[in-house]
Amino acid sequence: MNALDLARWQFGITTVYHFLFVPLTIGTSFLVAIMQTAWYRTGDEKWLKATKFFGKLLLINFAMGVVTGIVQEFQFGMAWSDYSRFVGDIFGAPLAVEGLASFFLESTFLGLWIFGWDRLPRGLHLATIWLAAFGTMLSAYFILAANSFMQHPTGYVYNKTSGRAELVDFGAVLFQNTTVATFFHVIASAFLVSGVMVVAVSLLVIMSGKSVEAMRKTVTVGVIATVVAGLAVMYTGDVQAKIMVQQQPMKMAAAEALYQTRENAPFSLITIGSLDGSEAYWALDIPGLTSFLATGNWTGPESTVQGINDLQTSSVEKWGEGNYAPYTPLIFWAFRGMIGLGALGILFSLFVWWRMRKGKLPSSTWLKRTAIVATLFPLFGISAGWVFTEMGRQPWIVFGLMKTSAGVSPTLSTTQVLISIITFTLLYGALAVIEVGLIIRAVKIGPPETVELVDADDTNSGQTLTFSY
Amino acid sequence: MSLETLQIIWFVLIAVLWIGYFVLEGFDFGVGVLLRVVAKDEAERRTVVTTLGPLWDGNEVWLLVAGGATFAAFPEWYATLFSGFYLALLLILVALIVRGVAFEYRSKRSSITWRNRWDWAIVISSFLPALLWGVAFANIAKGTPLELDGNGNSQFTGNLFTLLNPYGLLGGLVTLALFTTHGAVFLALKTDGEIRVRANKIAGQTGLVAAVLAVAFGLWTQLAYSQNAISWLPLVIAVVSWLGVLAANRLGREGWAFLCSAITQAGVVVFLFAALYPYVMPSNIDPAASLTITNASSTEYTLKVMTIVAVIMTPVVLAYQAWSYWVFRKRLSPSQIPDPHHGSLDLPHEVSV
Repeated sequence: MNALDLARWQFGITTVYHFLFVPLTIGTSFLVAIMQTAWYRTGDEKWLKATKFFGKLLLINFAMGVVTGIVQEFQFGMAWSDYSRFVGDIFGAPLAVEGLASFFLESTFLGLWIFGWDRLPRGLHLATIWLAAFGTMLSAYFILAANSFMQHPTGYVYNKTSGRAELVDFGAVLFQNTTVATFFHVIASAFLVSGVMVVAVSLLVIMSGKSVEAMRKTVTVGVIATVVAGLAVMYTGDVQAKIMVQQQPMKMAAAEALYQTRENAPFSLITIGSLDGSEAYWALDIPGLTSFLATGNWTGPESTVQGINDLQTSSVEKWGEGNYAPYTPLIFWAFRGMIGLGALGILFSLFVWWRMRKGKLPSSTWLKRTAIVATLFPLFGISAGWVFTEMGRQPWIVFGLMKTSAGVSPTLSTTQVLISIITFTLLYGALAVIEVGLIIRAVKIGPPETVELVDADDTNSGQTLTFSY
Repeated sequence: MSLETLQIIWFVLIAVLWIGYFVLEGFDFGVGVLLRVVAKDEAERRTVVTTLGPLWDGNEVWLLVAGGATFAAFPEWYATLFSGFYLALLLILVALIVRGVAFEYRSKRSSITWRNRWDWAIVISSFLPALLWGVAFANIAKGTPLELDGNGNSQFTGNLFTLLNPYGLLGGLVTLALFTTHGAVFLALKTDGEIRVRANKIAGQTGLVAAVLAVAFGLWTQLAYSQNAISWLPLVIAVVSWLGVLAANRLGREGWAFLCSAITQAGVVVFLFAALYPYVMPSNIDPAASLTITNASSTEYTLKVMTIVAVIMTPVVLAYQAWSYWVFRKRLSPSQIPDPHHGSLDLPHEVSV
């Protein structure tokens, strides 16, 4: 492997890893804010227990999201310096705004929330978790605006003299339909993951016989979040697919392994084909579904979906010789992994709701085992979605403008990137073991039996802290 | 506003972001370095880590914004610097990753092995960046081996060891000593009891070391590498203010000591940027490959947009960050840590020692 391949693996590993913590943080911070609001309004101690319990899980997770996020901002310059030179004007701006507008917000107010239980009046303390949650969401918006520029560059002109893309319309970058659709899809999927996590964790706590009444309430929160988010994921995904067909038709064709342009294109649930994906031996198809997803029409000329072969020909005419198709088998399966794993998450939440309706308590061992891994379904579904959208854009780093091979740092040696990829992989692996270990402990311990609450008292400076590191 | 004015504004704003970072995370690093020295038992260690608890993450954001702003305002600088200092930045990243997790996780379990390991992680991962930021900035001031490549881009031609020259290492020791003292002064201001006494004593000692190192580094920089005579001014201010730190610390005036220390940290950043201007990354082998605020900058439009965002957002950010410092302004003492040996994620069978 050369430096380019290794740099791509490194970006993939560090980004997919980072994005395990991001959706859980975004969704869970809002769900915790909702639980705390319920306590604030009703005074019911069950909600306070739930807030403290899921707050603890949130913080274990948040720390990992923060520290792995620093790598993201640095590695554009470190490993992708020619990319950074080329789009710095455009890509750097949302990144800088993200830091200024959202990182400060989420970090400062989460700090105030964690340590502020006995320092701030209840209403103000409640506001801090909402602001922190809002900060996480805002952060997602800016980074997705930057990513959407890579999917569908807009608001720029190409300067031949400097050889760089230059920003001419920041509003176009921030508010293009790709950005808006992606944002809602990502946020909805974050709530889906967190909803399933809350259901699964609540169920495990209930099954261990602790805090049953408080956890019943949180199961409801989780189920509602899952269902609403699940519908939103489907709807926004559909909107995104139709935008994608306009902007990156090759990605959609690869998602369906559709080689020939055709009307009434089927959606294959399972295909067994040759390894390079160019030939299908056997497939289980739903007729016309791909056409419907891509165009909104099942049949007729309106339902025509472009195939990989035609798109390759037209791409060569437009951009010159080269292979313009992504690695089809990976894209095909990543697309199905995203949808299938997300659906499993929704099914899990619905099943738990069914088993717990009318005050019933489930007790089966296999349900418990499923609950232990249930959060991973939608979480890995999101990973598959990112693999799909990023690998599906290849060979481009910025679609139609710059190839990935042209973006890598020219100074980057194989040795350097080998050192860093091994370092990150080992470090991230070790931290994953530690993090999961702590999460398991937190779930085993469950919510606090009683919650002592010291109200903010500004005069007593020597009092015992309710929370300390 | 003309492009030239905007470039100067962004050069200044990036200096401001680094000032925020040195002043705020500077004491985080110092506190981390001193953790095992200044705190002798569990209650004391937890007190020390808790002084940073609500603040460290917000402090670190200054670095992220400095990085993002450099990316947006001076993409060539960002690209050349970050790809050139690859392994040094990797070390910093690893340290920052371990450090953040260590703060959050160290007291979650009562196990002594667990806590000792995280404590050493905090010490080492605070020590490394405190040293390496100085090495990095000294090398930028000194000039690095930059060459133009076939596309006319400035590329760093050295490696990690290019940075570890005597002058660069001296720069590293300066930031290490300054941050360590800054951390000690912060602890003397924010804690009570034994820690406060020890921190005060340590600040006096490391403060002297820092003074000697910083004066040597300052003179070396000014005489050998500075582009401007005006950089004498921040240098003198930084040194005078440091005398203020030593005096106030001796008199036990902790608030003044911290204020003076913050002025010195800021003064060091202003000094380095004043010494650089109009360069952002001079080349010591080919003047044509030197990056300046002109040839490294993004377009007028980007700078304009960014200026508007910065003008609106910065006061808001400063206001709420200052408020969070106000909320956590009180001194902490070990007696306030409830059950210091207990870990909040101890399983029922794990009896605390």
